[in-house]
Amino acid sequence: MSSNAAPERGTFYPRDFAWHPPAYHPGYKSSVLRAPRRALISLENSAGDLAGPVFGHDILGPLDHDLTANAATPGESAIGERIVVHGRLLDERGRPVPGALIEVWQANAGGRYRHRKDGYLAPLDPNFGGCGRVVTDADGAYAFRTVRPGPYPWMNRPNDWRPAHIHFSLWGAGFAQRLITQMYFEGDPLIGHCPIIATIPQADAIDRLVARLDMDNTQPFDSIAWRFDIVLRGRKATFFENRPEGM
Amino acid sequence: MRRTNLTDSLKETPSQTAGPYVHIGLTPNFAGIAGVYPHDLGSRMISDRTRGERVVIEGQVIDGSGSVLRDALVEIWQADAAGLYPSPNETRGSADPAFAGFGRCPSDQESGAFRFETIRPGPVPWPDGRMQAPHIQFWVVARGINIGLHTRMYFPEDEAALAADPVLNLVEHAVRRPTLVAQSLGGGRYRFDIRLQGADETVFFDI
Ligand SMILES: [Fe+2]
Repeated sequence: MSSNAAPERGTFYPRDFAWHPPAYHPGYKSSVLRAPRRALISLENSAGDLAGPVFGHDILGPLDHDLTANAATPGESAIGERIVVHGRLLDERGRPVPGALIEVWQANAGGRYRHRKDGYLAPLDPNFGGCGRVVTDADGAYAFRTVRPGPYPWMNRPNDWRPAHIHFSLWGAGFAQRLITQMYFEGDPLIGHCPIIATIPQADAIDRLVARLDMDNTQPFDSIAWRFDIVLRGRKATFFENRPEGM
Repeated sequence: MRRTNLTDSLKETPSQTAGPYVHIGLTPNFAGIAGVYPHDLGSRMISDRTRGERVVIEGQVIDGSGSVLRDALVEIWQADAAGLYPSPNETRGSADPAFAGFGRCPSDQESGAFRFETIRPGPVPWPDGRMQAPHIQFWVVARGINIGLHTRMYFPEDEAALAADPVLNLVEHAVRRPTLVAQSLGGGRYRFDIRLQGADETVFFDI
């Protein structure tokens, strides 16, 4: 949880909105009526942005990190290709983000969500709920076990399919670092066809959402490992203290 | 060197929409996935021991057609009654240990309403030392929202503090400032609707 590094007090690097997907992207039809059309008002960071809620390991149950088991009947397991997803949570200065909550959710191996609004033909798995959470360790490392989610069709164009993906919700040290994103799998041919991925303007930015097959950490006769490193906004180095005392 | 999706760039990981099933991940008990977590994170902000004036904030997130979102998720973050954030990164003092400061609420699946039972926050200084009017930060995600939207809610009674508030005064078009001020319903209840588009589009911030 606590690191020996001096606590960071600097404001955050500005968010690069040309790197993130724009709010309005007509290829993703749901954004058309949900995208603010006025310019965002840019603020310097104040106390409420620099601080944020921190959730410790004490909120975690023993199976929170294991989606194959955390909604399963004891002794049973979710159906699907067993995988481990792991990586590090860093900031833009390359510093690990320790003690940070990561929440994930996903469809089951057939591409079906356990949700009343999901009517896809693929069956529910009675042993799969689809949510999990972990807290990063002192090095910013995290890992969870799950099954590889299936692709699924969705209402956009007549024949749109989401590539296999896992949704990630990320917390840093400050509320201004709050981020939600999605992780994809290296080699998935649907990546190039997805209008939601296509909201991201640059190919190198998209590549940052693609987990890499990690044979080195694959556990023989158990689980294939995928590596997904995540970067949150960095804090400016405080070279000189010129803020009024108390900020 | 192990293989990694990080290249030479340490830019922030790009955002993607939370999608239509965000409630599974962030409020699974609400979504009907009971028993994985004992309760949904952020579902309870106060207890009997929390100091401060109780307030209830209700609202809806509304799209550009005037329709209410039923698949949104709203998070709030605020100071305690003394103006301190309940966070290890609060540098100005120690906040009320009986106050979470953080709330998370899914849109109701029928009405689209969100609701927070919390306390009125104390004032917090702006970096230049001026006082901000008491306010609550809001963060909204949903299907169709490509990157989470930051806004903030003020209280309508604080007329002098609102007029002097450094953030409200940064909103160039004064006609838009009321989108950040809740409506009092009396008895400590407030209404705060978030409009994603339209003539009265809520002011959103790049923080
Ligand atoms: Fe999804």
